[in-house]
Amino acid sequence: MEATISTFVLLTITGLGLGAMYFLVASGLSLIYGLMGVLNFAHGAFITFGAYVAWWITDQIGGSFEVRLLVGGACGLAFGAALGALVELVFIRPLYRRPVEQVLVTVGLALALGALVYGIWGADAKFFPIPDWTLDTTTILGANIPNDRFVEIGVAAVVLVGLIALLRFTRIGLVIRAGVENRAMVTALGIDVRKTFTLVFAIGGSLAALAGVLSGVYYGNVDPVRGTSLLIYAFIVVVIGGFGSIGGSAVAAVAVGLVQQYANFYVADWLDWSGAGDVSVMLLLASVLLLRPEGLAPKVAH
Amino acid sequence: MQARRLVVPVVLLPLLVVVPWLSVDLPFVLPGALDSPGSLQLLALCLVFAGVALSYDLLFGFTGLLSFGHALYFALGVYVPAIALTEWEWSLPAALALLAGVAIVVPLVLGSVSLRVTGIAFAMVTLAFAQAGNVIVQTNPGGLTGGDEGIGLNVDPLPDFLVGVVNTKNLYWLALGYAVAVFLIARAAIGSSAGHVWRAIRENERRVEVIGLRPYPYKLLAFVLASFLAAWGGFLWLLLIGVTPEVTTATFTLTLLVMVVLGGAGARFGALAGGFVYTLLDYRLRNLAGEERIQELPDVLRVPLSEPLFLLGALFVAIVFFAPGGISSFPARLRSLVHRRAAKESAS
Amino acid sequence: MSAVTALRVEDLHVYLGESHVLQGVSFSVAKGGVTALLGRNGVGKTTTLRALMGLVPRTRGTVEVQGENVTRLPTHAIVRRGVGYVPEDRDVFAGLTVEENLRLSERGGDGRYDLVYDLFPELRERGRQRAGTLSGGQQQMVAIARALLNDNSLLLVDEPTKGLAPLLVTEVAVALERAAELATTVLVEQNLGVAQRVAQHVVVLDGGRVVHEGTAAELFASPERVRELLGVHGGHN
Ligand SMILES: Nc1ncnc2c1ncn2[C@@H]1O[C@H](COP(=O)(O)OP(=O)(O)OP(=O)(O)O)[C@@H](O)[C@H]1O
Ligand SMILES: [Mg+2]
Repeated sequence: MEATISTFVLLTITGLGLGAMYFLVASGLSLIYGLMGVLNFAHGAFITFGAYVAWWITDQIGGSFEVRLLVGGACGLAFGAALGALVELVFIRPLYRRPVEQVLVTVGLALALGALVYGIWGADAKFFPIPDWTLDTTTILGANIPNDRFVEIGVAAVVLVGLIALLRFTRIGLVIRAGVENRAMVTALGIDVRKTFTLVFAIGGSLAALAGVLSGVYYGNVDPVRGTSLLIYAFIVVVIGGFGSIGGSAVAAVAVGLVQQYANFYVADWLDWSGAGDVSVMLLLASVLLLRPEGLAPKVAH
Repeated sequence: MQARRLVVPVVLLPLLVVVPWLSVDLPFVLPGALDSPGSLQLLALCLVFAGVALSYDLLFGFTGLLSFGHALYFALGVYVPAIALTEWEWSLPAALALLAGVAIVVPLVLGSVSLRVTGIAFAMVTLAFAQAGNVIVQTNPGGLTGGDEGIGLNVDPLPDFLVGVVNTKNLYWLALGYAVAVFLIARAAIGSSAGHVWRAIRENERRVEVIGLRPYPYKLLAFVLASFLAAWGGFLWLLLIGVTPEVTTATFTLTLLVMVVLGGAGARFGALAGGFVYTLLDYRLRNLAGEERIQELPDVLRVPLSEPLFLLGALFVAIVFFAPGGISSFPARLRSLVHRRAAKESAS
Repeated sequence: MSAVTALRVEDLHVYLGESHVLQGVSFSVAKGGVTALLGRNGVGKTTTLRALMGLVPRTRGTVEVQGENVTRLPTHAIVRRGVGYVPEDRDVFAGLTVEENLRLSERGGDGRYDLVYDLFPELRERGRQRAGTLSGGQQQMVAIARALLNDNSLLLVDEPTKGLAPLLVTEVAVALERAAELATTVLVEQNLGVAQRVAQHVVVLDGGRVVHEGTAAELFASPERVRELLGVHGGHN
C-alpha cells in the first residue's frame, strides 16, 4: 500500500515536471498562434538551439556547476529570444496576410535549422553539467523525488505567474490580449501590432530555449531531436488548451504530463508495452476533440 | 496547347519505360549509367515519391487540407506487409489484401476523428496521430516492428522477379506503374463531381455549406483516397529499401509537404515533378556532402553544405518566398519573362 | 486646398474576393461638420471606410487626410495622423474591461476621459466590467468613446445606431453632434432621421461609385430624390 502511494506521488511530480516543460513550449506557441495566426514549426529549433547554446557555453566557462548552468542557461535564453525575433522579422513579417505561406516557411526553417544542429554539433547527445543536488532525492509521502523535478516545476510556475502579470498589468499585455481577440481592430486604434509580433516571437523563442535547457537538466543531456519531440507534445497541449490562452496551456500541459506518466507506468505495465504513455496522450487529444472541438479554453468572443 | 498535352503520354512516358535498356551516362545526376541497378533504384524512388507527393497534393493542394500525418499511411504500406510476410509468414497476396484493408480502415477511422476540427487544429491532430504511429514503431510492441532496427524482410514469399539486384529494373517498372496509376486515379478523382467539391472546399468551405453540401464526407473521401494511394508507395519503398523507422517520423511528412510545394501545390504534374526532383536532389546533396572539395571548405560553408536537409529546407523557404507556384509555374514564368512586353501591352 | 479639405478620396477601387466592390469612388469632405455617407444595403459604405483606414487592400486610388497622401500607409500610421474609427460591428474587445478598452485606444497618455465620461456617464460606472457583457448600446458607447478619447481631426463612424432602441439612438445622435464640434465626421447611417439631424453634407454611393454629392438640406428636401437614390422614403426611421 505504501509503495503504491509513493509510486503515485513520484509519478505525479514527474508528470508535473514534464508538464512544466510542455507548458514553457506551449505558452509561446499559443501566444504566437493566438496573436498572429501562425503555427510555428520552427519552435522546435528554438528549443534545440537554446539547449545547445546553453550546453556550449557551460562547456566554455569554468566555475561551479550552478554558475555554469545559470550563465549557460541565460545565454541559451538570450539566443532563443534573438532567434525568435529574427525569424519573425526576416521570414514571417514579409508574408503578412498569407497565413499558409507563413506556416510553410516555418516548416522549411524547422527542417533547415534542425539539420544545422546536426551539422554543427553532430548526432550524439551532449551531457549537461548538472549540480549534484539536483540528482539527490527528497522524500515526500514515502516517495524519493529527484530534486531536478522541483527545479522544472518551480521555473514553470514562475514563468506562468510572470506571463499572467505581463498580460494583466502591462500595456504590452493589453495589446497582446486585444490582438488575440481582433488584430485588425488593434491596428485601427493606431497601434503598430507588428512590434508586438516581434516581441511575442522573442518571448516564445526564449521560453522554448528555457524548456530546452530544463530538458537538459531533466534528462541530463541534450540531443538534436529534443526540440521535435517536445514540440509535438506542446502542439497537443495548445490544441487541448485552446489557442491564445495561457491558463488553458498551463492546465492542458499538466494534464498531458500526468496522463503520460500515469499511463507510462500503470498501462505500460499492464500491456507490457512502453509506448502506452505516449499513445495515451494522443488518445487524450482525440477524446478532447471529440467532446470539445474548440479545445478547453477557446479564444474569447465568437 | 494540344501539342503540350501530348508531350507526356507520347514522349515522356515511353522514354521512362525504356530507361532500363538505355546504357547512357548522366554524370552528376545519377550514380551510374541509366541501366545500372544503382541508377534504376534511385529513379524508382523518384517515381515512388512522385506518386506519394501527388497523393499528398490531393489533400493539401486540391482540397486545402494541411495534414502533417501523411507519413503514417506511407508507413502502413511499409510495415503491414513486412510484418505479415516476415513475422506471420503470410503469402504475398494475403499480405497485400491485408494492406488494402488496413489502408482503408485506418485512414477512415483516424480521418473521421481528425476532420472534426479544421485548419491548424486539423494539422496538429494529424501530426499527433502520426506521432502515435512513430511511438508504436519505435517501442516495438510484441516484437512486431523491430524498433530502431526495423525488420529484415522475409523475401521467401516474394516472386523471384522482385528479389535481388539484377531485378531492380522490374522494381523500376513497378514504381513507374505506381506513379502512372496514382496520376490516373488522381486525375479521375479531381475531374469527378467529388473533385469539384474538393476545390470548392479549398476556395471557401463556408460557401460549400451555404449551397447545402456537407464538406465532411468529401474531405473524408479525399483523406482516405490520399492515404490509400500513399500506402502503396510505402509498399514499393519496402521492396526498394526495406523497413526503416524513419518513414514514420514527422520530418518525413514535412518532406512530403516540401515536395508538393516545390512542385507546385494543386497542380498534378507539379506534385509529380516535385516528388521526383526532391528525391533526386536529396540523393545528389547527400553525395555532395561527402565530396572532398566540400570537406575542405571552411566550417561556415562546410557545415551547411554537408547537410542536405538544410539546403532543401532553405530551398523550400526560397520557393515559398520567390516562386510560390513551384516548378509547375516555371514554364509560365519563363513565358511571361519572354513575352513580358507583349503581355504588358495587351493588359493596358 | 489642403487647409479646407479634411478628406479627399480619388478613384478608389477595392476587390473583395472576386467582386469589384468599389469601382472608382471619389469624393472630398471639407473641414468641419458631418458628412453622411449614404447608400442602399451592401453598396459598399463599410468597405469605403475600411479602405480609407487601410483595413482592406486597395487596388487603385488615392486617399488624402488633411492634404497628406496616406494611401500607402499602414492602418496604425493613418490613425496616428488623427483619424478615429468606429467600426460597423463596434468591435469592442469583449475580453477586456471597459476601462482597458479605453486605455488601449489612448495615444500619448493624455486621453480626454472627462469628455468621454461626460458624454457617457455609464462608462465610468462600468469601468471594470468586461466589454463582452455590456448591452449593444453600451458597447456602441465604448466604440465611440475610443474614437473621441484622442484629439482626432477626422472621425469615420459606421452605422452607430444600428440595432439600438430609440432612446439610445437619440443619445448616440447627441454624442455625434458633440463629436462633430471637435472633428470632421464622416458618418455612415441607415437611419435617415439621424442622418438628417446631424449631417450638413451627403455623399451617396451606388454601383460602386459616388452618384450624388451635395448638402443634406437639399437632398432631404426632396423625398423623390431620396427614394430614387436610396430606395427608401425620406424621414423613415
Ligand atoms: N469578404 C467579402 N468577400 C466578397 N464580398 C464581400 C465581402 N465582404 C463584403 N462583400 C460584399 O461587398 C459589398 C459591400 O459590402 P459593405 O459591407 O461595404 O456594404 P455596406 O454598404 O456597408 O452594406 P450595409 O448597409 O449592409 O452595411 C456587399 O455586396 C457584400 O456582399
Ligand atoms: Mg455596412
